[in-house]
Amino acid sequence: MFWPVTWSLMNGLWTTFKIFALTLVFALPLGLVIGILSMSKCKPVKWLIDILVWIVRGTPLMLQLIIIFYGPGLWLGHNIWNGGESGRITATVVAFSINYACYFSVIFRGGIEGVPVGQREAGQVLGMTKMQIFFKITLLQMIKRVVPPMSNEVITLVKDTSLARIIAAYELTFAGYSFMKSDGLTWPLFYTGVFYLLFVGILTVLFNLIERKLDYFR
Amino acid sequence: MAILEVKNIEKHFGNTKVLQKVSFSLEEGNALAIIGSSGSGKTTLLRCLNFLEMPSQGTIVVKGETLFDASRPSKEWEKDLRTKRLHFGMVFQSFNLFPQYTALQNVTLAEELLAKERSDYKANRTQILEEIKEHGKALLAQMGLSDRMDHYPHQLSGGQQQRVAIARALALKPDILCFDEPTSALDPELTGEVLKVIRGLADQKTTMIIVTHEMAFARDVADQIIFMDGGVIVEQGDAKQVIDAPKEERTKQFLTRYTQG
Repeated sequence: MFWPVTWSLMNGLWTTFKIFALTLVFALPLGLVIGILSMSKCKPVKWLIDILVWIVRGTPLMLQLIIIFYGPGLWLGHNIWNGGESGRITATVVAFSINYACYFSVIFRGGIEGVPVGQREAGQVLGMTKMQIFFKITLLQMIKRVVPPMSNEVITLVKDTSLARIIAAYELTFAGYSFMKSDGLTWPLFYTGVFYLLFVGILTVLFNLIERKLDYFR
Repeated sequence: MAILEVKNIEKHFGNTKVLQKVSFSLEEGNALAIIGSSGSGKTTLLRCLNFLEMPSQGTIVVKGETLFDASRPSKEWEKDLRTKRLHFGMVFQSFNLFPQYTALQNVTLAEELLAKERSDYKANRTQILEEIKEHGKALLAQMGLSDRMDHYPHQLSGGQQQRVAIARALALKPDILCFDEPTSALDPELTGEVLKVIRGLADQKTTMIIVTHEMAFARDVADQIIFMDGGVIVEQGDAKQVIDAPKEERTKQFLTRYTQG
């Protein structure tokens, strides 16, 4: 049974990885944009963003996933996600990207606000544009500040991918669980845990690497 | 003609008037020191000149060009704010060096970014960047930091950091160099090296405005002194005269308190 289970878990891991990676690809830039907008001097924009972040952080990710996956079909009369596995993964990535972007936005805002005002002013008196100040001065200092809280969120994301099981996406936890259901085996559940631990272990090493890379300045 | 003419500058934060009817002029090649107790509006005045704060009233004219006129619609003077700022250099009390760049990169960054706007940038990129780098190195050498060019700010002492900041402000060749209490954040034994550099700039006839608490230094280096209190200029005149023989009662009180330590 070992090899069939391993093979099946590898399949599940691939789906888990896809959800994880795609969510990061979309949620990181989206989170940055939301974070910047949340500091907008234009009050209506700020309120709109505050409300969005409140709703997204204030309701369960599982609920959001169910609404995004089933909602369009029930409201429009036809499913906007294409049938089968790929549609389920797409819906999951959409729900996760919105959810994680909101969490990221708060971390990014904290990171940007943590950069001393004097840095921006030094850029201003040197005739830099707002864009130049952001990309050449603020951004890297912000990244350095957000690495530790971001590592928390990213690790949580790995485990949150298991929520995709609720819309029957065949991810890692689903894969391990199915052996218990069909064959009454419990050891694949522990084996599944090892997969998650390895995944998170690699991420931890990566984050330590990034922290060390950014250690050259203070 | 004066290189800088400031007329009736006022700054209001709500109902608080931080600056009131501040007027002075500065000749090219002269150094002006601004003294006064904390909260007297010295720093706000410098920040208004650099447009880090927008004055509520008054005009600022540099080399005959009106950079700011509060009586004109704001759209008019807000445009080209970036280029207008380049008339002034600014050295901050807390240095504000960019921590992720080396000393040399701190000095050359702004110049490199500005060079990108030149029409011949694409064609002569390598040569332009090389010139900027040489210029930066020369400035750091002038500050006595030839052996510290590739150090990051956190690897430098406070005095060295402030000298890098001065080189950075000089890199864009401003008409007027402003110092906002350049030695206030330094340990006493480090102030000397920074004051020496500023003295050197004065000897080279750099036009400067220096907000400072170092009275002896102001007397020696500055041509003119302005004493501010409560957001107004109480007394202004020849540096030695203001320090040695102040006319106003408030100036006398302030200076006595200072010499008594």
